[in-house]
Amino acid sequence: MTGLNPTNEQRSSGAAASALAIELVGINKHFGPVHANKDIHLAVKRGTVHGIVGENGAGKSTLMSILYGFYTADSGTIHVDGVAHKITDSRHALALGIGMVHQHFMLVDNFTVLENVVLGAEDSALLTPTLNRARGHLKDLARDYGLDIDPDAIVGNLSVGQQQRVEILKALYRGAETLILDEPTGVLTPAEADHLFRILGKLRAEGKTIILITHKLREIMAITDEVSVMRQGEMVETLPTAETSPEHLAELMVGRRVLLRVEKGAAKPGKVLLEVENLVVTDDFGTPRVKGVNFQVRAGEIVGIAGVAGNGQSELLESISGMRDQKSGTIRVHGNALKISGDDGADRARSAGLAHVPEDRLRMGLVTKFNAWENAILGYQDSYGEGPALDISAARDAAREYMKKFDVRPADLDLKTANFSGGNQQKLVLAREMERDPEVLIVGQPTRGVDIGAIEFIHNQIIKMRDAGKAILLVSVELDEIRSLSDRILVIFDGQIVGEADPATADETELGLRMTGSHADNVETDPGTLPEHETPVDQTLVEMSPKDNSGRDTN
Amino acid sequence: MTPLPRWADVVLLPFLNVALAFLIGGLIVLSVGQNPLQAVGIMLYGAFGYGSGFGYTLYYTTDFIFAGLAVSLAYHAGLFNIGPEGQAYVGGLGVILIGLALNGMHWALVFPLMIVCGALFGAAWAFVPGYLQAKRGSHVVITTIMFNFIAVSMMGYIISRILKPEGVNSDESAPLDAITRVPQLRSFIELFKNSPVNLTFFLAIGALFLVYWLIWRTKFGYKVRAVGNNPVAARYAGISTQKTIMVIMALAGAFAAMVAVNNVGGVQGRLILNFVNGAGFVGIAVAFMGKGHPIGVGLSALLFGMLYQGGQELAFQMPGITREMIVTIQALVILFTGAMGDMMRGPLSRMFFQPDAPAGDK
Amino acid sequence: MDQILVDITLILDSTVRLAVPLILASLAGLYSERSGIIDIGLEGKLLAGAFAAAAMSAVTGSAWLGLLAGIGAALVFSGIHGLASINFKGNQTISGVALNFLAAGLTTFLGQSWFRRGGYTPQLSGDQRFNPITLPFAEELRDVPVLGQIYGELISGHNIITYVAFIAVPVTAWVLFRSRFGLRLRAVGENPKAIDTAGISVTRLRYQALIITAVLVGIGGAYLSIAQSAGFNNNMSAGRGYIALAALIFAKWRPGPALLVCLMFGFLDAVQFRIQGQVFPIIGEVPVQAIQALPYILTVVLLAGFIGRAVAPKAIGVPYTKER
Repeated sequence: MTGLNPTNEQRSSGAAASALAIELVGINKHFGPVHANKDIHLAVKRGTVHGIVGENGAGKSTLMSILYGFYTADSGTIHVDGVAHKITDSRHALALGIGMVHQHFMLVDNFTVLENVVLGAEDSALLTPTLNRARGHLKDLARDYGLDIDPDAIVGNLSVGQQQRVEILKALYRGAETLILDEPTGVLTPAEADHLFRILGKLRAEGKTIILITHKLREIMAITDEVSVMRQGEMVETLPTAETSPEHLAELMVGRRVLLRVEKGAAKPGKVLLEVENLVVTDDFGTPRVKGVNFQVRAGEIVGIAGVAGNGQSELLESISGMRDQKSGTIRVHGNALKISGDDGADRARSAGLAHVPEDRLRMGLVTKFNAWENAILGYQDSYGEGPALDISAARDAAREYMKKFDVRPADLDLKTANFSGGNQQKLVLAREMERDPEVLIVGQPTRGVDIGAIEFIHNQIIKMRDAGKAILLVSVELDEIRSLSDRILVIFDGQIVGEADPATADETELGLRMTGSHADNVETDPGTLPEHETPVDQTLVEMSPKDNSGRDTN
Repeated sequence: MTPLPRWADVVLLPFLNVALAFLIGGLIVLSVGQNPLQAVGIMLYGAFGYGSGFGYTLYYTTDFIFAGLAVSLAYHAGLFNIGPEGQAYVGGLGVILIGLALNGMHWALVFPLMIVCGALFGAAWAFVPGYLQAKRGSHVVITTIMFNFIAVSMMGYIISRILKPEGVNSDESAPLDAITRVPQLRSFIELFKNSPVNLTFFLAIGALFLVYWLIWRTKFGYKVRAVGNNPVAARYAGISTQKTIMVIMALAGAFAAMVAVNNVGGVQGRLILNFVNGAGFVGIAVAFMGKGHPIGVGLSALLFGMLYQGGQELAFQMPGITREMIVTIQALVILFTGAMGDMMRGPLSRMFFQPDAPAGDK
Repeated sequence: MDQILVDITLILDSTVRLAVPLILASLAGLYSERSGIIDIGLEGKLLAGAFAAAAMSAVTGSAWLGLLAGIGAALVFSGIHGLASINFKGNQTISGVALNFLAAGLTTFLGQSWFRRGGYTPQLSGDQRFNPITLPFAEELRDVPVLGQIYGELISGHNIITYVAFIAVPVTAWVLFRSRFGLRLRAVGENPKAIDTAGISVTRLRYQALIITAVLVGIGGAYLSIAQSAGFNNNMSAGRGYIALAALIFAKWRPGPALLVCLMFGFLDAVQFRIQGQVFPIIGEVPVQAIQALPYILTVVLLAGFIGRAVAPKAIGVPYTKER
């Protein structure tokens, strides 16, 4: 990866057209123990759209926040137009012509578009003349780039796509020459995404440089000139888009990891224990995240849901486990529909025979200030002791047994849970949820942040549950994990199940493509599980894309 | 930041915070040309040096334990209850109503009923902010402040216009017969001379044990702590946050109301205007200083009992110092243990882990 | 008929007098809370300001120096609040509560230590106070019916702080909605990240807001002790800081409505003694306590969302942390 630099320098000394707008050299950034960026080198040519792809947590957003001056790198240098700068804060970055459109918009909801645009870039202490001048400028920008928007509209009333245009206007108003967009289409409807890409095309035509962070390969293929791949905090490779393919990128993104072999016999599926019908779930802001999902999980089988994080998996898990009200649809456990309402729905789900290993153990699965034994009964507190008193010795006995069986170390019942390692915390959660003999187990990211030794143990426990005739729903962003554990794979994309695959025959690259919204249509699908409408994002992208060279042919 | 060892977290840090509060308090005393050490000596003597002083210390301690528990209980559920002052005041209505209804009967019968009736009134008064927080999202801090003021007006009206008997000049209810009042300890123990400490003191000690049991030994307490520490995990565990908030606020109000049993039932024997006299607010400092744990609350309440009684003595002996110095200490304690409780965590953590700093990074 | 006019003028006149500290404290709280910092400590700052103003004025004989001291005391309190809630990222509510007790304790303690009058400062007179100002032509127009009465009694004849308070309302409205600082202030209370990503220091902006808060509430405190009264007495703010906070919430953090709500609360205060014992048609006798409690009851009802909704600045109470 360090080999990139000389090449780029050679290029920059050549034609002016390929001069570097941005060059990052040896960037490192830690968040506590997490090494988010490891010695990153990146060169972005002026007047191009440069894509940065990678899985969630690969370090893309951190890298761009450093470029934008929102975070400060631990080490490394930033060159803008060939000159090294120490970017100390966002104001500095803006002065250097770097603008950023964040994944979560940095807008003030109860301000007008105009007020949001000028915020921090006011040219006088008086607001009225500032706003009047900005109004004219805004009109010009809107005309030049097709960013049409009512300057007096209240931002909170705008659609997400319009809000994003406000963010772009904000950057352009400040004279941004380089524009960073962090996962810009994650929140957009297909039509809005379509519009965004047209705008980006215009910006490029006007000579602006665009850095596009995404995990959707289709977008990369559609609009970028060059693409850099990041994985686990490292820069893997930078390629001209024309010389690569989604297959190749998917491989670079996911990496050729050693497939963990899990010893398991063939599944013997029994009767249906978990049934999900036309499930629609919204997030906290009312945006639909699960859009009409159907599937069944039978006794004695593991159904894996593969997908890139943020495609509705979390909401799906939270809904089935009773934590989040479903907007419509039905969830049946053992044939009985779950009635989820109020803020104690998870209790009813547990009573129905469902256990839940949550995706994020620290946020949800554990009270980190509790001692180990207290967390060993979380969710089952009412079954320890008759009457109001908590039967602490029974709880401690159970905890002791769990910790012994699952080899949780240190085997200290009174240690604060925050002080256990990630793997041991996870084993504690798994023990709690598995040892109570549930009919249905839903598991989210069972091995996230867990060391290798514990991974194998956790996988074996899940298989054991299956062989004991339980229905298991597994959600993981780790494709290896899905492939090695599941008996059936469902691929989720944009809140919908877009395909089903047999783990024995499915090809990793193929799955990776489907997870990123490519090729949704040449996958053998179970008609029963496929939603009625196809994923339109792909189609619109394909139609507008000038240089897409892959997915389109398959139509 | 590297976590501190348990003992440092539980004992050292709070101790340093309290010490800082007292240090600054001492500097303030020094700044007006008084000797803080002499003041401490006088206060200690006033609080513990003779029987009636000690009795008064325990009397104040009784109030502060209940008020401290009322704040602590809510705090375990992540709520800041600023309302014990008003809850105790309204609780006084319950105490006097049952007392007057059964006036003339033996205290052994009336005392438990005063507890129940006072608790019901205090609970009802605290339940409303709890309900509004749980169901309507109104912030319990603001509503409990408002409810303190509303209690002042409401009780003022009830006392002066309804409970005040004909021909009495001051605003107060009819008195309870001596036999109906909660007996003061001086009638059993010579030592306490003419101090007001009464049987309610033992109720306070019992309340400390009860709260310990409730919070750490029951399913409900488990749920309260889960809600207070991690509401998302509580939801995951199927615990209703709304229900928990409403119940714990009502309970907090019930405990606050025991201040009324102490004063209305055991000391004044009648309902007088503004009898709570700030005890509810002292509970805030007591709860933060005691970190919400009954042992801590008991000790902090004793400390503040000592300060209040010793402060009385101080005002006599050192005219340059008023009892309000105690309110200043109270404020500093809240500031350093509550608002800036983590101020010294950083330096302390660095002190502990300096020698093997690289290891701390992992 | 004339008597009714005189009565009304008197009630309105005392409404104005009683509303002044509420207006100043409300506007003060507005700056702090608009910047995202809860200000439960208004009560304490008002009290500390009142004490410092009276003490300084008693010692120096100058009301103006007293005013400066009042502002200075409020600044110290605001500084502590800023330290706790901005730098140490502590709990803003607890800090505010602590400041209220600190003011209650310190004012009485220092008052007794310095003046030995049981917490009272010496009686102030002459230049030690802000005295009523007679506006031009007030005397001459006195005989003009109605208008002369209103001008002479209601508008003229107040002290300078009263006029400052009323001028502070449009000024605040202008600052908030017509200036760059106001734009940023509103933004930092709604979404500090928007401010930070725009390259503006959240910490600096919030401290600026706290300074303005201190100046206004310090003036309000000075009004209590060296304009409205002739000296400080124990706990003389008497919950006005909380009422001002309630007014602010009621006004949904806007200056114009805050003025109206403060005037309404001031009016309730002014009439409560006049209606004592009076029997009204239909409703009968209204207990004075019901009127005292009305501001608090109204605020609770509003907070519960039964009459409209008081939507606070979105980022209020949350310490700003940048790194994840």
